[in-house]
Amino acid sequence: MDRLNLLITGIGGQGIIAASDIVAETALAAGFDVKKTDSLGMAQRGGSVVSHIRLAPKVRSPLVKMGEADIILAFEKLESARWSHYLRPDGIAIINNHSVPPPSVSLGKERYPGDEEITDILKQQTDKIYLINGADLAEELGNIKTLNILMLGCLSIFIPFEEDIWRDCIAKRLPARVVELNTTAFEQGRREIENILNTETGSAYGKREG
Amino acid sequence: MIKLLSGNEAIALGAYHAGVMVAAAYPGTPSTEILENLARFDGIYAEWSTNEKVAMEVGLGASCAGVRSLVSMKHVGLNVASDPFMAAATTGVNGGLVVISADDPGMHSSQNEQDNRHYARLAKVPMLEPGDSQEAYEIMAYAFNISEEFDTPVLVRTTTRISHSKSVVKATGNRKTPSKQPGFCYNPTKYVMLPAHARLRHPLMEERLSRLAAYAETFPLNQIIPGERRLGIVSSGVAYQYAREVFPEASFLKLALTYPLPRDLIRRFAEQVERLVVIEELDPFLEDSIRAMGIKVTGKELFPITGELNPDIIEQASRKAGLLTGSLKQKPEYRALNLPSRPPLLCPGCPHSGIFFVLSSLGQRSSLPGKPAREPKLIIAGDIGCYTLGAHPPLSAMDTCSCMGAGIGQALGMEKAGVAEKIVAVIGDSTFLHSGITGLVNAVYNKGRITIIILDNRTTAMTGQQEHPGTGITAQGQETTAVDLAQVARGIGINDVKMVDAFNIKAIRASVKSSLDSPELSVIIVRGACAVRLSGRSNPRAIDSDLCNMCGLCLLIGCPAIRKEKERVYIDTSLCVGDACTICQQICPRKAIVTSVNKGEKKDG
Ligand SMILES: Cc1ncc(C[n+]2csc(CCOP(=O)(O)OP(=O)(O)O)c2C)c(N)n1
Repeated sequence: MDRLNLLITGIGGQGIIAASDIVAETALAAGFDVKKTDSLGMAQRGGSVVSHIRLAPKVRSPLVKMGEADIILAFEKLESARWSHYLRPDGIAIINNHSVPPPSVSLGKERYPGDEEITDILKQQTDKIYLINGADLAEELGNIKTLNILMLGCLSIFIPFEEDIWRDCIAKRLPARVVELNTTAFEQGRREIENILNTETGSAYGKREG
Repeated sequence: MIKLLSGNEAIALGAYHAGVMVAAAYPGTPSTEILENLARFDGIYAEWSTNEKVAMEVGLGASCAGVRSLVSMKHVGLNVASDPFMAAATTGVNGGLVVISADDPGMHSSQNEQDNRHYARLAKVPMLEPGDSQEAYEIMAYAFNISEEFDTPVLVRTTTRISHSKSVVKATGNRKTPSKQPGFCYNPTKYVMLPAHARLRHPLMEERLSRLAAYAETFPLNQIIPGERRLGIVSSGVAYQYAREVFPEASFLKLALTYPLPRDLIRRFAEQVERLVVIEELDPFLEDSIRAMGIKVTGKELFPITGELNPDIIEQASRKAGLLTGSLKQKPEYRALNLPSRPPLLCPGCPHSGIFFVLSSLGQRSSLPGKPAREPKLIIAGDIGCYTLGAHPPLSAMDTCSCMGAGIGQALGMEKAGVAEKIVAVIGDSTFLHSGITGLVNAVYNKGRITIIILDNRTTAMTGQQEHPGTGITAQGQETTAVDLAQVARGIGINDVKMVDAFNIKAIRASVKSSLDSPELSVIIVRGACAVRLSGRSNPRAIDSDLCNMCGLCLLIGCPAIRKEKERVYIDTSLCVGDACTICQQICPRKAIVTSVNKGEKKDG
């Protein structure tokens, strides 16, 4: 791998900025030039968030072009659909299987798309869709805040950085008292994807690299 | 040292290495992190000023006293600071004075879109525009040197994509120790701007500008990048990065010192290429100047003048204009979708929710599901901060929002215009201190009868929890006198000043009603700590589905923790702050909102 375009999407408050910082730090430590940029509007909490990360021998624009993201890591289902047009044909979508209805839905003014609709939207770009029960798993680990690191664990399977570099960068970014818990979350995320890949005929990873 | 830094972090590090001694700012996206980072370095005095005008004055004062100083703000901050900025441009400096304006094309977090490069021309001061974090770091040393060498403040203009993007920085320098001790040189013709003195300064400014123009010709970060002769592109800032990616083969003139322009360099470049195009964000700032030199150039005919650029926009526009030929990379036909939007919201447990819920119901802004919308009552003049989100449905409780501090003046103007409705002005604590106090003095002086509601959440929340003069803590974490808002209001001469708890709906409703009924000008201070600062959550609330009749009233608070999915209203316990808030519990007509999680868990399965 000599270059990668990545989008991380979700909702303000889910730890997306921290996750994308960690990816960028890991890329730098792995010897890449890297740029990242977040669009979070005025959201402290609750708004749609997207972070662009690009790595290559030399990166100019921090923004990924539409249709050129190799991977989308989505922390919420609707947000995976919202940004899916950034995915390149046959790119990888890793999605936290969790829905948070926006206020317009709660107020009955708009409709939250059904699972099939979301899959249909994504399938316009790719069949490589990985649904992870990230929110449940993070909650089982005892802290929903580990969701972002768990999702990074999922992502890490598709990016050939050494696992130790990931771990180091996670440890550097988080407060010491939560590092252990988050390392567990990271491993859990890796296992989730590995399990899916092992049960699939012909791993998606192999296909991608081929 | 190789590090991944945001543009703002790089600016702070660059300024630190350049020996900055005094830094002053008022928060504003995307500029805020510059001062936050400077405040962490040893050997620098860094302050949150009450507003940008004061910050500029502090910076100018420090400069007069011979030390390097930095002032930073978002684009609209420079509007507020423009008076002392123009003054500084006239007097010039002693220690280097660098002013950072962080513009926000695309309005990620701003009330308008303005291109502050025009300020450089207006003030006749040099301007630098970095194109990534590395350049942001390097530019700071140049900026301070230029300031001192040419006796002028220097404007450094960034945009959101520069300030908030992270990229790799090789930081070579160490902190430069100041060459001179602080000291003021008595020099009235330079520092006392009486007309007679100012008349002497203006010719000096013009002469300075022509020297700067000569300097721009050799400025190392203004570069020609040779490529195909067919197309030459002039660009700066992040637009340059996008353009290089879309046109990897073209010739480029990349500018970092964008005022005054290197005219000979531009002419030389134009002669080297067959077609000259400017790609710049927002206004045709470079383009107009180049055209005025008599050079044939295109720019805004092809590329949008509004919003942010990005590689996709540049590529599409270039194809349309025939600048890009060759086959379009096969992109899948993408079906346009109609997905529900997800705007930012007031947080769960936000101290602004209660007062806006009350204003929304008294002002008839929302109605229960299935009930018809009513004619709005009250005029709610708003202001800028997190609380501006109270303008969104379901609260819909804000009727104006112009610029910081405008609400009180606008409310008075409406009263004086003679509208029949009662008028309320709503303003945050940081905004009130920034520029609300003068409006309040004016309202008292001119016999206003409006109600002013100050939302005292003890922080500048919108920009990420900065301290302000009301919190009693400085930017560098020292304790200080906290300005008492109620005392300020009383001191101005207001008799009716009420304090109310932001999480007590009954008390809020009673005080708003009493103020609206009163013929006098009154101030209500609604106080409650920002939810982001809440340390612990306890006893998240839940909805007892046996008692809930789905009336939907709790949904009208707009709390992100309260949701309706299919035929169920529920509270997301991971978001609810519990005991610290309880607003939904206070308003539920069926008493269906309860503490016990277990009870609420009785879901339909
Ligand atoms: C002149 C100017 N400076 C800065 C800003 C950025 N800004 C918008 S609102 C705000 C302050 C908000 O604080 P406060 O009034 O306390 O309201 P809160 O967000 O805490 O609810 C700031 C700094 C701006 N819009 N205009």
